[in-house]
Amino acid sequence: MESKKIKDFIGNNAITILLLVLVLYVGFTQNGFFSMNNFSNIASNVSPRLIIALGVSGCLITKGTDLSAGRLVGLGGVLSCTLLQRADYSSKFFANLPELPILGVLLLVIVITGLFGLINGTVISYLNVPPFLATLGMQTIVYGINLVYSGATPLGGLREDYTKIATDGINLFVIQLKYLLLIAIVVGAFFWFLYNKTRHGKYMYAIGGNENAAEVSGVNTFLTKIKIYTLAGIMYGFAGFLLAAKAGGASVNLGLGYELEAIAACTIGGVSTTGGIGTVPGILLGVLVFELLKTCMQFLMIDTSYQYIVQGLVIIIAVALDIRKYTAKK
Amino acid sequence: MSEYILQMKNISKSFPGVKALDNVQLNIKEGSVHALMGENGAGKSTLMKCLFGIYKMDSGEVIFNGEKVNITNPHDALKKGIAIVQQEQSPILDRSIAENIFLGKFPLKSYGFIKVVDHKKMYEQTEQLLKEVNMNFNPKVKLSSLSVSQMQSVEIAKAVSANAKLVIMDEPTSSLTENEVEGLFEIINKLKSKGVSIIYISHKMEEILKISDEVSIMRDGTYVGTWPANELTTDLIIKKMVGRELTNRFPKRENTPKEVVLEVNNFTSIDEKSFKDVSFNLRKGEILGIGGLVGAQRTELMEAIFGIRHKVSGEVIYKNEKLDIKKPRDAIKKGISLLTEDRRATGIFGVLSISDNVGIASLDKYLNLKIILDNNKLENVVSDNIKKMNIKTPSSKTQIKTLSGGNQQKVIIGRWLANSPDILILDEPTRGIDVGAKYEIYLIIAELAKQGKSIIMISSELPELIGMSDRIMVMSQGRVAGFVSDEEATQENIMTLATKYM
Repeated sequence: MESKKIKDFIGNNAITILLLVLVLYVGFTQNGFFSMNNFSNIASNVSPRLIIALGVSGCLITKGTDLSAGRLVGLGGVLSCTLLQRADYSSKFFANLPELPILGVLLLVIVITGLFGLINGTVISYLNVPPFLATLGMQTIVYGINLVYSGATPLGGLREDYTKIATDGINLFVIQLKYLLLIAIVVGAFFWFLYNKTRHGKYMYAIGGNENAAEVSGVNTFLTKIKIYTLAGIMYGFAGFLLAAKAGGASVNLGLGYELEAIAACTIGGVSTTGGIGTVPGILLGVLVFELLKTCMQFLMIDTSYQYIVQGLVIIIAVALDIRKYTAKK
Repeated sequence: MSEYILQMKNISKSFPGVKALDNVQLNIKEGSVHALMGENGAGKSTLMKCLFGIYKMDSGEVIFNGEKVNITNPHDALKKGIAIVQQEQSPILDRSIAENIFLGKFPLKSYGFIKVVDHKKMYEQTEQLLKEVNMNFNPKVKLSSLSVSQMQSVEIAKAVSANAKLVIMDEPTSSLTENEVEGLFEIINKLKSKGVSIIYISHKMEEILKISDEVSIMRDGTYVGTWPANELTTDLIIKKMVGRELTNRFPKRENTPKEVVLEVNNFTSIDEKSFKDVSFNLRKGEILGIGGLVGAQRTELMEAIFGIRHKVSGEVIYKNEKLDIKKPRDAIKKGISLLTEDRRATGIFGVLSISDNVGIASLDKYLNLKIILDNNKLENVVSDNIKKMNIKTPSSKTQIKTLSGGNQQKVIIGRWLANSPDILILDEPTRGIDVGAKYEIYLIIAELAKQGKSIIMISSELPELIGMSDRIMVMSQGRVAGFVSDEEATQENIMTLATKYM
């Protein structure tokens, strides 16, 4: 009995356990892995990706998906950059733009990307277009819009008060807590509250569990899905805003492929591909697994080309293990 | 060689809590049409599923064509010469007739090592087969362009193509017009003259008396007997099908129906084959049973009232207010609830906990500050339900899919009760549930009626319908065939009404 429990535990957490072993190995063999600097670095990488993953998680839990995530991140980043450049920057996008309030720009950005999410949700609900295709189309549209808007110019020369959001933090004794980390914590807490303490969360899980039964139970499935995709759009815009600040600039290629990374992270974190299952701590774990894996491979000096192969394998193995959990219990 | 093509002897099959077949036998003479009859749930389908190896029988033997056989799956049955034409066929609509018939056994020709499908041969053979079932169609026509009856003929052609010696037809006429039924009978006679035997499963008395040579009747999972069709009448068949004593399987009802609270007027479906011009009313504290055979459109009617299906006409008047119900949530807001027939498809959220399954329709009641869900309030309701309804579960966090059917049903009844509805529509509330849990559900229904709730209960089990209802509305082919009061409710009366428009 006890040995079966241990076996189940290992089976259910195989990826996490393997990663833990990897982290310990790298930590004790490579210099600088267990350092404040590396920790802060990982945290800054995890934060925007967690925000994207949380955004897409609602779509996944309701058996949908959102392939427009990466391109909306890109649009969010580019929009932010064009509106928050230094006054003295020579190739300023809008030459005569006055200094705008940062919060105002952020608000504008998330309203715009949220609007694209709203369109996704509406198309999926009212026109019955499968989410995979609806958001695939949106992915291309958003990229096109971004090209038209920015003319594919790389954008730099950002205002310092904007980039500081990504680079600075609060000093707590010897530790510096990056604003990015704090923002991610707040967003994570918000999603945890939304998923566990509101009607919207319960409706979301119900739609994922059995959409017909949800409709019969009086759930407004259309409105719920529209809200989910809109919120997702908002999160992508927000993540784009942060990523551009972090990188000190943006181009139309910002966010390329981020949707797949986010979907993979969610799945590794236990968001079920069959719908109705997924938790915020799980998603955090999934994002961490992915980022730690990347960092470990960097520390081990593994060629980036091989890193891609390993990441792909991890996705497939994680999903196979996830599915196994449900098929084995029948 | 015996005169029988098929002999099923002493077949028994149990499911957890139910004895579905008890020592059943069935003997089919070679080249005859044999009708198999019984109420819904009498065990006809289970018997056929045992024959096809879909269910494994607990005991008994099958002798086919003089040999003892052990059939493990439908494909195996077909190879041995037993085919089925099902109530709900599953053809591949976007492919041709020929491909549908020859699926899995395409004629091949070889070019050296390479084998390809011999289309010419396939089309020629299909044309031949179609002629045998009186169809003059191009074999290349897509199946989706055919009518339901034509698709059925294709199914029969498929059975013929496999050289089937025995063809089972399960409710073959349920969706056919009168002319199409005639066409089917011609095909049946043609098959018969070629020595093919047919098991014909149907509820329609007249048809059975017309087409079959012998009739076997089942009741409650037991074999009643076999008679030559010419010795039977509709009345005799009904008597034999329902002839059982009512024992005390139902709780005492202490409700008293009061004033009319709900009026349903002139409900007609958007689907021509569904319900037509249905009107009825419901009183406070009344249990209104809805009877009828499978296909009488009872579920469709109730789902239309609840806003799941579309209607072309009809109004619902509830406490003197005309309701405009477009979606289930409109009905729920007005205090009407529906326990759907198909628990898995539209009832449970399998992966979610019992709490989530109970709470989903009444979340508005557990809010603090209008947005924050108070899980304690929900848990109180849930644990109250678990206790009151005797739901057997390790905890309220258990996934509902791990519970038994009866317990799942009680959880979903709990979901609706959490909403304190005034009208509760129950569609086959005890289907697939063991006897003990059935009685508990009857107790709940009786108690609710006593509290002044109005109940509509669709049931295909006549004893249940008679035992629980204050009044029974019987439907036949989408229409109201009549109302039967508690005093005059007998199985014979209800069955007569149920077949009224057939």
